[in-house]
Amino acid sequence: MSVSLETRDLTIRFGGHVAVDHVSCVFRPGELTAIVGPNGAGKTTYFNLISGQLRASEGQVLLDGADITAESAPLRARRGLGRAFQLTNLFPNLTVAENVRLAVQAKSGAHYDMLRPWSLRRDLIARADEILESVALESRRAHTAAALSHGDQRKLEVALMMALEPRVYMFDEPTAGMSVDEAPIVLDLIARLKQDASKIILLVEHKMDVVRSLADRIMVLTNGACVADGEPAAVIASPVVQEAYLGIAPKEKGNAA
Amino acid sequence: MILSGNPPRGKLLTALLILVVVVLALAPFLFPGSKPANVAAKICVFALLVASYDLLLGYAGIVSFAHTMFFGIGAYGIAITLYALGPSWGAMALGLGAAVVVAAVFALAIGLFSLRVQTIFFAMVTLAVASAFAVLASQLSWLTGGEDGRTFRVPEVLRPGFRLIENGPFGITISGRTLSYYLVFCSVVVLFLVMLRIVESPFGRVLQAIRENPFRAEALGYRIIYHRTLANVLAAVFAACAGALNALWLRYTGPDTSLSFNIMIDILLIVVIGGMGTLYGAIIGAALFVLAENYLQTLMGAAFGALNASGAGFVANFFNPDRWLLWLGILFIFSVYFFPTGIVGKLRAEPKS
Repeated sequence: MSVSLETRDLTIRFGGHVAVDHVSCVFRPGELTAIVGPNGAGKTTYFNLISGQLRASEGQVLLDGADITAESAPLRARRGLGRAFQLTNLFPNLTVAENVRLAVQAKSGAHYDMLRPWSLRRDLIARADEILESVALESRRAHTAAALSHGDQRKLEVALMMALEPRVYMFDEPTAGMSVDEAPIVLDLIARLKQDASKIILLVEHKMDVVRSLADRIMVLTNGACVADGEPAAVIASPVVQEAYLGIAPKEKGNAA
Repeated sequence: MILSGNPPRGKLLTALLILVVVVLALAPFLFPGSKPANVAAKICVFALLVASYDLLLGYAGIVSFAHTMFFGIGAYGIAITLYALGPSWGAMALGLGAAVVVAAVFALAIGLFSLRVQTIFFAMVTLAVASAFAVLASQLSWLTGGEDGRTFRVPEVLRPGFRLIENGPFGITISGRTLSYYLVFCSVVVLFLVMLRIVESPFGRVLQAIRENPFRAEALGYRIIYHRTLANVLAAVFAACAGALNALWLRYTGPDTSLSFNIMIDILLIVVIGGMGTLYGAIIGAALFVLAENYLQTLMGAAFGALNASGAGFVANFFNPDRWLLWLGILFIFSVYFFPTGIVGKLRAEPKS
């Protein structure tokens, strides 16, 4: 079943500050939308509004036509909104394998199964192993998540979302802080996901080369508002983007480095 | 399989656990007399009670001060039915059943109303509810016997006067007291194994996930309020069972033996000393704690006598048996200082470092 996701005038205010300002957008299946914008533009906040970590002050989120604006994050996750976080957000003292199994278990619906030992759920264990292999973490499975390198933690973060087999994938700077060797593993994974035309993929990303190679569409946020949205080539060429974002991009890079 | 795929891990720890369990299993024959029997029964009851608290604190990361309330509900359930209906097995089953249901309903209500809020507020809510319950129990004298509590009679085979075997082989006598002890011991073993299974189940893992990172657990689709509430209910039910067993053993229930806040403090100390989030810590912790509580004074009495006799009067005063609580306190401080992850945590970590 293909999926549809829409935000209508989605807005959130923190006191007087409008972090996301009336953003309306329809995301289509089979399309990878890159969301770009300077730091503090509201990209992650927009994600949080869609996946339910924050509740909108105004506007709606619609999934498959149903208004899910008032639903909690777990219910949205069960509807198929998968989220990988920008700041690594794992279960630090559980092992890598246990982290992924928890996500596989969430997907399987065995939330309250308390009479069988874990070790007998071979189906869940096998599925978790498959996912660990797909992100090249199988050799780290017995380590605790806290003991992983930053790059491996980022991969595990992505693995948790993959294990949920969502219909909407939301990647929040998946390659941030990854080494040159590690980033391609995650980018290949995203490229493979793109081949499934029934899924929606949203990607917050700073690296323009990544955006150019993956995105079917670019959405530009500045000060919480959507200032451009469309074909990558057209968006990158548009004057408003040149001025608002890409114009200052080289400076930003300089600061970051 | 019987340990649900959750072995103690660590040779010393396994040996220690086997020692404690074997000694407890043979206690009535190894140590005749009523005091050792009381100590052994108390170790069993506290191992169960503390393990049920560990389910909350160590696995689900919930801080509750209402655990004695559930312990008390179990104890009063047995006491009230046996007192009112007479010493029959039916009354016992009714008392236990009613206690379990009441404990579960209370835990469900507290959980659904207050587990949404932050840890510290939940702790405060449980403290308030538990205090109110303790006051209620001491005021409703017609039902609970008030401050005096209720002394009741147990079914005949559990009474001290009953003899199953008198002067059997090796001069063994199995009295009703011995049978009572084994009722307590076996129930604790079974309930403990059930808890081990729960923490090693998929549900148990979700509890750990919620303790580790509730935010992420929600993002995966777990509705953590229900998991926390269910953990609260399970812990309450196990605590009520512990209370019921304690009441059966004592043949008495009063505020001091079941609802006192001192018991809550003991539970907290034992769970920390034994090791949080391990379940096995409850067995080791309870054994050490109850032994220290009961025999430290005797031990110090002996040291005091010996030192006095050898003329070291000043030093001897440190070991005056009246000061045993001071030494118990010092022991706790040291054990928390040197084993911050508890005895079990320490013994498990050893091979790695």
